[in-house]
Amino acid sequence: MIKRLLGVVPVVFGVLLLTFLLVHLVPGDPVEVMLGESAPMADRAKLRAELGLDQPLVAQFGHYLQNLAQGDFGRSIHTRKPIAESLKERIPATAALALLSLLIAVIIGLPLGIAAALRAGKWPDNFATILSLSLSAMPHFWLGPLLMLLFGLWLGVLPVSGMSDNLSILLPAMTLGFGLAAILTRMTRTSLLEVLHEDFVRTARAKGMNEQQVILRHALRAALLPIVTVLGLQLGGLLAGAVITETVFGWEGVGRLLVESIEKRDYPVTQACVLVIALTYVMVNLLTDLLYARLDPRIRFAG
Amino acid sequence: MKRWPYFILIFWLAAVMLSYAMDLQPDHINLENVLALPRADAWLGNDDLGRNIVARLLAGAGVSMFVALLVTSVSLTVGTLIGLVAGYFGGWIDRVLMQVTDVFLAFPGILLAIAFAAVLGPGLDNLLLALCMTSWVGYARLTRAQALSLRHRQHVLAAESLGAPVGRIMRKHILPLLAAPLVVEATYSIAGLVIAEASLSFLGLGIQAPHASWGSMLKDGVRYLLVAPHYVLAVGFSLMSLVLAINVLGDQLRDAWDIARAE
Repeated sequence: MIKRLLGVVPVVFGVLLLTFLLVHLVPGDPVEVMLGESAPMADRAKLRAELGLDQPLVAQFGHYLQNLAQGDFGRSIHTRKPIAESLKERIPATAALALLSLLIAVIIGLPLGIAAALRAGKWPDNFATILSLSLSAMPHFWLGPLLMLLFGLWLGVLPVSGMSDNLSILLPAMTLGFGLAAILTRMTRTSLLEVLHEDFVRTARAKGMNEQQVILRHALRAALLPIVTVLGLQLGGLLAGAVITETVFGWEGVGRLLVESIEKRDYPVTQACVLVIALTYVMVNLLTDLLYARLDPRIRFAG
Repeated sequence: MKRWPYFILIFWLAAVMLSYAMDLQPDHINLENVLALPRADAWLGNDDLGRNIVARLLAGAGVSMFVALLVTSVSLTVGTLIGLVAGYFGGWIDRVLMQVTDVFLAFPGILLAIAFAAVLGPGLDNLLLALCMTSWVGYARLTRAQALSLRHRQHVLAAESLGAPVGRIMRKHILPLLAAPLVVEATYSIAGLVIAEASLSFLGLGIQAPHASWGSMLKDGVRYLLVAPHYVLAVGFSLMSLVLAINVLGDQLRDAWDIARAE
């Protein structure tokens, strides 16, 4: 466990270095790209000094780390607002979206996966297979509009975009959640099928336990372990998917902020958003691993 | 019945080639037909500038397949080489290279490609560059893991003790055993790249107007979703059919060759 914790350090350092270097990948002069060719020399020099681009690379990276350690992400070039403030405004929206879609995925994926495993080869299994195959071929920018058409235009029951309505979150959350549900269904099915052949399940049945208890109390409990890991890994995919989904639905989260900053060539904001998403992903993965170790008695007691 | 993925793939390949041969003029603007519905001379209707959706769809399919195939061949080559070196030599080279891949994998999904494309600027060249810079990682990890175990197989040890040079051992004794999992991985990655290209173009980072791309078409289509749903539906179902066919093909290859998929 200590090893896992220490292993995160070089990864976080690498993530910081790579996001720092992003601005230096801009072909030509980043200040000119951000301000436009017609910007007066004085403005350029000011921005160059503000971003520290007139200093040696190592010193720049040092400042970057120092500022980040104090929670200072710099300022937006366009709005002049501290980026940390914009992030603080946007993170709750993305977090709400991610959690609701996770919930939707579990509500759909878990029962469907269990049904598919218990009736392997029969119609619930075939249905789950076809559904998860089709969903895996539907990127968010296609599933999203499809749900908009279905619930917004044809059924007319849900608001199509924006954040004005309490129900506005439902369509983007479904867009993100359905894709995850597909993965979860397949995982649950595979994992449960494997466990059903284990000795302890046979023992439970041999004791005369009723089938429902065998499945719920013994098999599912063991099968859930790998599922937890997959959910943790997929939460990262969810964060990346949020970039697209928030753009489709005009949901004002971190993903939308990222895309807006790219459109305006506001590189400090782009950098900050990419960094926040990547670090969240690294932390979620770490927590998943630690949780996994807690949940699995084989790892817990092996120490 | 099991062959339907091949039919879809052949359909798209043939249609794209035919569209080039017939020169359908996908960029031709006709403002009299703005968002017109499907009819005999425009099977899927027209877009917001009165351009023929079938023609643009096929031009977009061509771009999509070009990007996916080119990026796959580049990243497959680079990634396999890096993985071979790391897995075969081990030691500090392996540690450094794997640390680098760990950092790349810390950016979920398409995020890093978005970031690269954002700073490089829009356009086909930069789109290809951004996707190549991020796609090699999967191959490197897969190859490294396999090479690590293959390295100690008896036939490799035998070749080594007979004095075979490293290059020959990699080419003749390790790479052939890696071919099957790499081909399966590449198949999935082609489907992933079709989606990635469309995603970046959807965000305005890929193919630029007036050229057609499935991503930019979907972006325009979403804007006119409520007045002309046929536009989005045409592009969406096309994309889905291609990705689904490639994914199922990957599943079939994996099952046929009995490969456990590397996550």
